[in-house]
Amino acid sequence: MSEFLVFFLHGLAYAGLLFLVSAGLTLVFGMMNVLNFAHAAMYMLGAYFSYTIVMQLTGQFWMSLMICPVILFVIGAVVERFLLRRVHRYGHVQELLLTFGLAYIITELVKWYWGNYPLAINVTGFLNGTVSIFGIIYPMYRIFIFVCAILVGGVMALVLYKTRLGIILRAAVNDSEMTNTLGVNVPLVFMGVFAFGAALSGFAGVIAGPLLSTFPGMAQEILLDAFVVIVVGGFGSLGGAILASLIIGELQSFGVLLFPKLSMALVYLLMAAVLIIKPSGLFGEES
Amino acid sequence: MLEVKGVHSYYGKSHILHGVSLELKEGELVCLLGRNGVGKSTTLKSIMGVVRPAAGSVRFRGQELCGKEPYKIARLGLGYVPEDRRIFRSLTVHENLLMGIKSGRQSAEGEAWSVEKVYRLFPRLEERKNNKGGHLSGGEQQMLTVVRTLMGNPRLILVDEPTEGLAPLIVKDVLEMLITVRQSGVTVLMVEQNFNAAIKVADRFYIMSKGAIVFSGNREELMAAEEVRKNYLEV
Ligand SMILES: Nc1ncnc2c1ncn2[C@@H]1O[C@H](COP(=O)(O)OP(=O)(O)OP(=O)(O)O)[C@@H](O)[C@H]1O
Ligand SMILES: [Mg+2]
Repeated sequence: MSEFLVFFLHGLAYAGLLFLVSAGLTLVFGMMNVLNFAHAAMYMLGAYFSYTIVMQLTGQFWMSLMICPVILFVIGAVVERFLLRRVHRYGHVQELLLTFGLAYIITELVKWYWGNYPLAINVTGFLNGTVSIFGIIYPMYRIFIFVCAILVGGVMALVLYKTRLGIILRAAVNDSEMTNTLGVNVPLVFMGVFAFGAALSGFAGVIAGPLLSTFPGMAQEILLDAFVVIVVGGFGSLGGAILASLIIGELQSFGVLLFPKLSMALVYLLMAAVLIIKPSGLFGEES
Repeated sequence: MLEVKGVHSYYGKSHILHGVSLELKEGELVCLLGRNGVGKSTTLKSIMGVVRPAAGSVRFRGQELCGKEPYKIARLGLGYVPEDRRIFRSLTVHENLLMGIKSGRQSAEGEAWSVEKVYRLFPRLEERKNNKGGHLSGGEQQMLTVVRTLMGNPRLILVDEPTEGLAPLIVKDVLEMLITVRQSGVTVLMVEQNFNAAIKVADRFYIMSKGAIVFSGNREELMAAEEVRKNYLEV
């Protein structure tokens, strides 16, 4: 029983991380129709910047939690404004190639600057502690991840469904050209959303650092799962990303417990099943 | 008010508009006619900046529109109602209307459009204000697309085939709505395949063929130009 609970909590923590990574990815895709291959590379940048800030400069994890998203926001804004926007008129394949190349460049830069080996990021104090839940001792940090995901998801939902900006964002997901002709500065919205997506992935990277190891292959590792999340949840749907993150997170976790050899296969089986039954994903709009 | 001169537009390499020129005066309701695929929609898109003209000029109240982003053109007082009723499907009717509002724009004259006014004039939309746009009937969607654009209080609206695919009774409603809109002081440039509908509501007509204007005239002139109608319109 307590083993079950531990794996359930592990699943929640990984679901939280997955959500933080895929929320930005799905939002950018929903709006700009660009599958951003560089998204996970930005997540990795978040983790590496965090390493430098925490382990080499300040020793403060909180510091990197606040600074890294800002750095990534700026990087995202620059990438959108000066690269993606110029390529946009040539079509989606070119946009895809651009983000692909960007992911490659970032990975090589990371190897060159930080080295091609794993780095450890340590958290101290409160986050390094444990909590007791129904009689089991559980690491505080994993709970913290899940709480962060809930907070981010909550704020995003509030903005999307309770503000004028949210109406504009959802309209742009539906039909960005129409939104533009109604007087909304859609290019600016795109830049903001792309930058926000990058910031969110940077935030996720900071959070992933102490949990998983920080190494140049970490982008690849999460990218696959994040893709599965947005396919299963439905491209562009925040609610879908939440539900699919939970499903994939738990599936991964219990897969390891129950079918150790099949845990990855389970995820792809699920994706295949969803694609067969509802190709647009759980929360996707039929079109 | 609107002066389109020698506009050339392309989709990729295909040359669609070959020097389109037309003019609208304040308060007119003008109809653009022509067979399928001659470039009527492309003309409206070129005015609105959705398609960027490669050459020519589009002037609106003295300002050049060519090369501007659609949102800037919209903020100058143009409204665009595209074909295929592009409502925001996952937004409610109410949210669709809110999307039409442009901050700080007043109507040319008279009472500005507001959500309340829309609901007063079209009670059917108020009944369905919390429904998702995608769940409306074709006629309701068409009304919503038009009034959503009106919410921005445009001085000129470009309307692309508003009656396409609607039942005859609803066609009448939509046309009446456009007449109301025009009476409120908004200038209208409309693309319409339905000749019988067009002839009833418009003051002047342009006919397009192969990416250029081939006829321009008022109702009497169009009725008299039998040859033109035979050659360029479905009869
Ligand atoms: N996005 C596009 N890409 C490539 N070609 C296009 C595109 N949109 C339209 N065309 C082509 O441009 C030509 C003019 O199209 P347009 O939509 O302006 O015609 P139309 O007069 O509005 O016709 P309809 O009455 O069918 O709406 C057509 O030959 C069409 O196939
Ligand atoms: Mg058309």
